[in-house]
Amino acid sequence: MSINPPVEDFATDWDHADPEWVNNPYPIWEDLRERCPVAHTERYGGAWFPATHEGVSKIANDTENFTSRAVIINNGRPDGEDIPAPIGGAPPITSDPPFHQIARRLILPALAPGPINALEPRVRSLCVDLLDEMKDHKVVNGGMDYAQHIPPAVISRMLGFPEEDEELFRSFVHLVVNAIDLPVEQRIEQFQPVIDYFEIQIEDHRANPRDDLTSYLLDVEVAGEKLAIEHVFGTMILILIAGIDTTWSAIGASLWHLAKSPDDLARLVNEPNLMPIAIEELLRFYAPVTMARLVNKDMEYMGCPMKEYDWILLGFPAANRDPKVFEDADRFIIDRLENRHLAFGLGIHRCAGSNLARMELRVAIEEFIKRYPRFELMDPDAVTWAPGQIRGPRNLPIRILS
Amino acid sequence: MKVVIDTELCQGHGRCFTMAPNLFSFDDLGSGVVIGDGTLNDETIELARLAQLNCPEHAISIEE
Repeated sequence: MSINPPVEDFATDWDHADPEWVNNPYPIWEDLRERCPVAHTERYGGAWFPATHEGVSKIANDTENFTSRAVIINNGRPDGEDIPAPIGGAPPITSDPPFHQIARRLILPALAPGPINALEPRVRSLCVDLLDEMKDHKVVNGGMDYAQHIPPAVISRMLGFPEEDEELFRSFVHLVVNAIDLPVEQRIEQFQPVIDYFEIQIEDHRANPRDDLTSYLLDVEVAGEKLAIEHVFGTMILILIAGIDTTWSAIGASLWHLAKSPDDLARLVNEPNLMPIAIEELLRFYAPVTMARLVNKDMEYMGCPMKEYDWILLGFPAANRDPKVFEDADRFIIDRLENRHLAFGLGIHRCAGSNLARMELRVAIEEFIKRYPRFELMDPDAVTWAPGQIRGPRNLPIRILS
Repeated sequence: MKVVIDTELCQGHGRCFTMAPNLFSFDDLGSGVVIGDGTLNDETIELARLAQLNCPEHAISIEE
């Protein structure tokens, strides 16, 4: 839980690590949308939170006034000296134009539908194996026994890392995206094992090149030159971190929804053709990911006195509940036809792994409801949610019904 | 009537080819591509509208 003091008013002192926000942010965002479309906090060195679809879209598409050099808010307020521009620490997510496009084009082919669809049988057999392991159990943990194991197995295979290091990957993810309120010195110290691990993997791939993303990044050339090692390293970190608890959270939140919504569960079981539309509504309603930007210069923007290096938290999940854009925005409608949700962001930084995430989510839900057509939450109060910019259930006890 | 993707606006969310795989495909970078010349008939117009209503970048249009 957060070590920060409790929040008095989210309009002037918001904190996405606050327990109230972590447990149920939606009423907070609804209140902010009505009261002040852009909330402010002095925490984390100063940060803004646009709560409307309009505000989120405007900033996401404004790469002049906002930079992506840092995308995870933490206590180490960047002053411009410590973050390499224009690449950033984890290209392309931390890159700005024009370099951004170069870095993005390098990884998009591997994440396009062709190669991702080819992974589907492997994801399906992984899900079946996990379900086999929990067979005969009356209570299963949708988070710890199921959702959390699916993305690491896929990502480690793509990068060519040993699958048995799954637990280690989750600890890296926790450090980067959950342990956000630690003092900055502590974050740097705890990050060292991540760097050490990646160095070992890079060395191993140099000695034994193979058909995976790590070897590809070490080998690929841009304008006749191999990538800087910082670039290779940063993209590997990005794929590992961004590919794991995002999808894990989406799978968990979807199971959580189905466990407490028997009518929706029954429809999905009985109408498999509904799945593509239902998946998008699950993504809209429980979008797990918020991303940060940094303000590029002192300016008045959307009526707010923004300062250079203030953080912006882009609440894509909040935009997805904006009643100005979505009819009955606060209602989950499993067959919602109009659904321009922003679960994968908007503009040039659209989640590069969205095809993979969507496929994993769909297959994980298909296999779970095939094995267990009826289930419910065992104890709603026992469900815990991950703090920070990636939100999803961690402890998710589910009772299997006959 | 024809369905068209504005390639300047498309960011590869993949909503069109997920929702309407008979009308849309994708290129090597994962951007949406209209299959054939995009001419719509009474059966495919609804699918094209569905894709249009799901594109977060408003990149899909239906031309008379």
